Amino acid sequence: MTNSAPDRALSGGFSDMPVEAAQGFRSVLDALSRPGSIVRLNGATPPAPMSPAAGAVALVLLDNTTPLYLAPGHDTPALCAWIAFHTGAPLVSAETAMFALGTWPALQPVSRFAIGTADYPDRAATLIVETDRLDSSGGRLHGPGIETSARLSLPEIAAFRANHARFPLGFDTLFTCGDRLAGLPRSTQVESD
Amino acid sequence: MNDYNFAYLDEGTKRMIRRAILKAVAVPGYQVPFASREMPMPYGWGTGGVQVTAACLRPDDRLKVIDQGADDTTNAVSIRKFFQRTARVATTERTGDATIIQTRHRIPEAPLSEGQILVYQVPIPEPLRFLEPRETETRRMHALQEYGLMHLKLYEDIARHGEIATSYAYPVQVSGRYVMDPSPIPKFDNPKLSNCPALQLFGAGREQRIYAVPPYTQVISLDFEDHPFVATKAPHACDLCGDDGSYLDEVITDDAGRRMFICSDTDHCNSRRAAGHVGALTGDAA
Repeated sequence: MTNSAPDRALSGGFSDMPVEAAQGFRSVLDALSRPGSIVRLNGATPPAPMSPAAGAVALVLLDNTTPLYLAPGHDTPALCAWIAFHTGAPLVSAETAMFALGTWPALQPVSRFAIGTADYPDRAATLIVETDRLDSSGGRLHGPGIETSARLSLPEIAAFRANHARFPLGFDTLFTCGDRLAGLPRSTQVESD
Repeated sequence: MNDYNFAYLDEGTKRMIRRAILKAVAVPGYQVPFASREMPMPYGWGTGGVQVTAACLRPDDRLKVIDQGADDTTNAVSIRKFFQRTARVATTERTGDATIIQTRHRIPEAPLSEGQILVYQVPIPEPLRFLEPRETETRRMHALQEYGLMHLKLYEDIARHGEIATSYAYPVQVSGRYVMDPSPIPKFDNPKLSNCPALQLFGAGREQRIYAVPPYTQVISLDFEDHPFVATKAPHACDLCGDDGSYLDEVITDDAGRRMFICSDTDHCNSRRAAGHVGALTGDAA
């Protein structure tokens, strides 16, 4: 078996789309509705540097109606081909993206991303942030979905505080690390301790 | 071989609904527009709730469907059969056993838990709609958090009736921001909306809106300091199971005006009766 670029683009998707997408969505829904909780997301094997969890998010949520921004490092030909084949999402600039994928440093400045409008706060970007580390330590979280408080290893605090300060505007974030995922909606208050 | 895609809807539609649900969770109480599909049932029969349920269902879910608290009425039976056929999911009538509960106009009496999703069928999602018919205006009022009109409506209730006469679809404020229609649940159920361990999703098919209350989110029923919100019910105990704390339906039993009060939540009532509780008319009904 060769593993040429076209082969790689065609493989690595869900083997049973309706069922795996349903399972994947519930994991994402669980993560976003309970900020700080970490869920597992399997089934996708995208080309590096995209993590399996981010790959599954792409298969669950992206299609030809969702403009996607690939940050530097994730805009490789192999990954572009994989996303094109499996989702058909058009690749666009950061300012017009509905979804964005990359590491936290590569996504900077995050002020570029759509935060919705006062009339339509839902027209905001979802950032898929690839991290090396994802655990229940670090920034303290309060807000909807959290019974008392939770902790999540965030790449920084200030940007997420500023993002929450604009509520109901703001972007929403999914953190991915290997096959694990956590959610941080704009409704969550973030404190350094 | 199933003749339908899993959970009836095509994958593109489910992705669109799933994206709307995630934005609804991120902005609690805000109504997210979505491209509602025609379903094989008329508007008004729960097409919004059915689409939300279809987008959330997994093959390993156990689905419960209630209509005014009952598992055995036409709407509930039809929707349950629909998902048995198109998603092949297990179904249950026990609140505690269900992972997804689709509901029309009630919140179950049994407390919900973290692993559960409650999906509401919503006829008119806009709480300000009967006060201001223009969508452009109500949208602007939500943007500016301008909810004076709603308080004025509740005040007029007091001026006219001596109390807030709104008894169902009682407006609430979610997490201190958006005023939301909790769907036509009796105001008796309103306190259960707040700080609920389960995720609550609302689907309005005809009006094409999805909104959400995440778990452990504060939901406050609007009121005044001198006229605080009161959750009311018929001042009786259930005539079948004797519970004096559950929400009751009044049933006319003959042409002479005889009546009985029974729990609207059939699972709650059946569980209590199975456990040996009896009501004033238990013998008569059996």
